[in-house]
Amino acid sequence: MIGIVIGGSAGSLDALHALFSTLRGVREATWIVVLHLSPTSKSLLPEVLGTYTDMPVREAVDKLPLTMGSVVVAPPDYHLLIERDLTCALSRDPAVHFSRPALDPLFQTAADAFGADTVGVLLSGANADGAAGLRTIQQGGGRVAVQDPATATAIEMPTAGIAACTPDLVATPRAIGQWIASVLEGDR
Amino acid sequence: MSVEDEAQLDVLLDVIYQHYHYDFRGYARASLRRRVAAAMGRLGVQSVTEVRRRIAADARAFAELLPWFTVQLSDLFRDPQYFRFFRENIVPVLRTYPSRKLWVAGCSTGEEAYSFAIILREEKLLDRTLIYATDIYEQSLRTATSGIYDLDRMRTFTENHRLAGGTTSLSEHYTTSAQGAMFDRDLRDHIVFADHSLATDAVFAEVQAVSCRNVLIYFATELQDRALGLFHGALVRGGWLGLGPKETLEFSAVRDQFTSHPQRWYMRDVPR
Repeated sequence: MIGIVIGGSAGSLDALHALFSTLRGVREATWIVVLHLSPTSKSLLPEVLGTYTDMPVREAVDKLPLTMGSVVVAPPDYHLLIERDLTCALSRDPAVHFSRPALDPLFQTAADAFGADTVGVLLSGANADGAAGLRTIQQGGGRVAVQDPATATAIEMPTAGIAACTPDLVATPRAIGQWIASVLEGDR
Repeated sequence: MSVEDEAQLDVLLDVIYQHYHYDFRGYARASLRRRVAAAMGRLGVQSVTEVRRRIAADARAFAELLPWFTVQLSDLFRDPQYFRFFRENIVPVLRTYPSRKLWVAGCSTGEEAYSFAIILREEKLLDRTLIYATDIYEQSLRTATSGIYDLDRMRTFTENHRLAGGTTSLSEHYTTSAQGAMFDRDLRDHIVFADHSLATDAVFAEVQAVSCRNVLIYFATELQDRALGLFHGALVRGGWLGLGPKETLEFSAVRDQFTSHPQRWYMRDVPR
């Protein structure tokens, strides 16, 4: 199973909307999304994402199995990690890049769990979280795409991502969505 | 982590168990890998093997790393709705027992145990109640036993207490000093803080409620099922089990033996 991990912070909701809008009917992967969230507020992200995609969206709970054609979202105040048996693990270990959930723990454990079948996507965001994770994904033979900073509301995150590895694609969120669809098609 | 590192991680966990009797062998792997990688950074070493050598040779190096594996931060009445459910739905059940026992498993520095003690005091049930609060980390248990918390945490605690349906002012339950806010001796007298491992120890009492939050997320399935088995064994029929906000019995071996209620509270089924 291909694991698609997507992360962002400031300005990434619009990017997610554009990305998912190109993927209606696409099911051949399991999707995992981490955005930097306020630790106290109840997350509306699953509901919001549910309006962007026709796939079922669920907030992660401990030991939740990842399934084909569904989207899992990291809950506020927990890091989301992926175990090798492709289940969700949560941790309240310290914040990474001032955030919990953070992108690096997800990307790094996804790279470990999915290996070369990992696709990492880094969207608009205001710090360098996710860059190290993208590098790990690439080192493990997975593929990575980064939102073109010129199209991002906050450029720090995609800029750091581009500096940390050699992305397979730097483009608009829409183009990244189309690229993912073609990657999945090629894999079929 | 490479296959070799993975094997070395197993050896490291074996050594920790043999030398120091802390059993992390059944912990969830993804989190362990990250923690060991962080340990490598802190010790300034390049491999899991070197972490193991350092720890085996130097008890102080292990003592410095141990909090990384065990310490969880909590607040009084953290997730207030959890405690509100306890007050509104479980306290009335507890009232029907002549005496009561609760178990806070993985109590860390004691905040949750004091939270339950305060609710039971407000509900005039504390007198005939004993709260067992257990953890594997001695340093945390010492803080818990002292019942002293930083004054700057009191604002959050007070707000949580209010949202949890507190019927008194939180400040009635502690006194302030230069060291911080110290919770009343009377609360502490109804709590037994003790060393107990969900990985290696057994059931030690029959209780009407167990609260174990943000502990099971660190356990792999097998250890999780062991811990849940202990809770099931400790609970009276109709007793209550409370978990963390993102923990669930949905994927566990005991799922059919409990009924799910709001706020991650589960009731041990009464056989029909």
